[in-house]
Amino acid sequence: MGKTIAEKLLSRAAGKDVSAGDIVVASIDLAMTHDGSGHLAIRAMKSMGGERVWDPSKVKIVIDHVAPSAFDRTSDIHNELREFAHQQEVQLYDVGSGICHQLMIEDHVCPGMLAVATDSHTCSYGALGAFGTGIGATEMGAVLMLGKLWFMVPETIKIVLSGSPPPLTLPKDIVLFVAGEVGVDGATYRAIEYEGDAVREMSVSGRITLCNMAVEMGAKTGFVSTDEKTREYLAKVGRESCFQEVTPDPDAEYHDVIELEVDGLEPVVACPSQVDNVRAVAEVDDVEVNQVFIGSCTNGRLEDLLIAAQILDGKRVHPSVRAIVIPASRRVFLEALKLRVIEKLAKAGCVIAPPGCGPCAGAHMGVLGKGEVCVSTSNRNFVGRMGSPDAKVYLASPATAAASALTGRITDPREVLNR
Amino acid sequence: MSSHVFRGRVWKFGDNVTTDEIIPGRYRFKTDDIGEWAKHVLEGADPEFPKKVRPGDVVVAGKNFGSGSSREPAPLVIKHAGISAVIAKSFARIFFRNAINVGLPVVICEQLPDVTEAGDVVEVDLEKGMVRNLTKSVEFAATKIPNFLMQILMDGGLVEHIRKRGGAVWQDIG
Repeated sequence: MGKTIAEKLLSRAAGKDVSAGDIVVASIDLAMTHDGSGHLAIRAMKSMGGERVWDPSKVKIVIDHVAPSAFDRTSDIHNELREFAHQQEVQLYDVGSGICHQLMIEDHVCPGMLAVATDSHTCSYGALGAFGTGIGATEMGAVLMLGKLWFMVPETIKIVLSGSPPPLTLPKDIVLFVAGEVGVDGATYRAIEYEGDAVREMSVSGRITLCNMAVEMGAKTGFVSTDEKTREYLAKVGRESCFQEVTPDPDAEYHDVIELEVDGLEPVVACPSQVDNVRAVAEVDDVEVNQVFIGSCTNGRLEDLLIAAQILDGKRVHPSVRAIVIPASRRVFLEALKLRVIEKLAKAGCVIAPPGCGPCAGAHMGVLGKGEVCVSTSNRNFVGRMGSPDAKVYLASPATAAASALTGRITDPREVLNR
Repeated sequence: MSSHVFRGRVWKFGDNVTTDEIIPGRYRFKTDDIGEWAKHVLEGADPEFPKKVRPGDVVVAGKNFGSGSSREPAPLVIKHAGISAVIAKSFARIFFRNAINVGLPVVICEQLPDVTEAGDVVEVDLEKGMVRNLTKSVEFAATKIPNFLMQILMDGGLVEHIRKRGGAVWQDIG
């Protein structure tokens, strides 16, 4: 019997032949934690009796969730992380470096790896053919000490995306459409493999968007098979030598195969307050908007900022909207500066904030007040996610977000680019 | 009652209770004082819950409880509020692992949530894998979890489990 990508990668990491349903102990290739929970992981490791991390070269710490710090207690946590990284000789990405997942993908993730991090969106790494999954702080304490963790080998759902989407229907629209079809718990405990010509045509940046939101369907992780685009991306970030082919066997066994057509797919939004509450933008275009957020590990990359700048170039953000733009990493920020994307966005009235998570997790830089509406390119629209439990978050593509910033209501990007 | 049998009054929740409803970012990042967090436990799903909950109470919920973030404060804050167990039709996977790792008993049972109302008294027998609604006089088998996970739970969480075994963990499955 052939193997899925998840079965292949966990077989390698466990050092034996495993299949869906098996429970295995696997060696960790990359372990990352951040200022949302890193201090708890460190304390857990120490409570378990651990003094040194098992392999400093495989551990990364990122300060991104509240960066720069907004609260004195957070500043103490940042210092705790800096001190630990220094003492353990572990690489630390300080304030302004960017979002943890973007940094791991740019600098460390290789096809075939097994990566864990104290963050649910670690599933993004599957865009490069790596097995990435989120764990809690206590488990991270054990990983830091032991370099291994138990996993249940997941069954896999294959999602075949065929056709080619219209120009302003972006990978975010596609993944929201998929989430609407699969449901917020439709892939719980399972892995997702995205296949089909729409995926093959998609940039690595778009594939990261797809895999990033696998957890929003409950999945353990999401994958895209590697190809020339993967190799080119790795070459661009100076790591071509770590390329290897990662694909499922042709006779792999799937829990389910879902075939979806993206030809003619319209721009969509996920309405409050679940990610599968997906509707065409046209259905909600009377909703007035107070804040637009373009950024996050889902949509803070160069091509996301480029489309936003294309829509906002030479125009002004609507006076009743605060438009916050946050590049996903310093690399993205510098590229966007060079291409004058940041200049166009700033001239249009956008607030540009330093690379990091920004308001996505509701801690700072655009926390929503009572009754406010935010169109966000991030990944969660839950009650209370970005501030007041009475605020409403609509998840959208960077094109829809930029169009909404322009008009002050939720807007189909085709409406403003045709103007 | 043995230490692995819990009996308590029920608080009932629906499907897809998220980690942002359990403990949102606006409280979580300002402090790491769990007592402060606990003042807001499950507030997003029921604003009065933090005032109403009493030690020993049981949370009964629908499917996909704990969906969203990997934040461990979610199960931790429920445990700190004195909840003795969470019974749900299903759990989000990271929440489920986290709950076991912090020693919060989590029980998967498809049937019990459908016949249980707020205020009922339920009993969980972890070792036997049974859940009972004493008010309605019904009993169901819970979904069995692997033995090594039960051991972590019985030890009170992963820190205690590893301490007890000096780092020699998961050997029976590896």
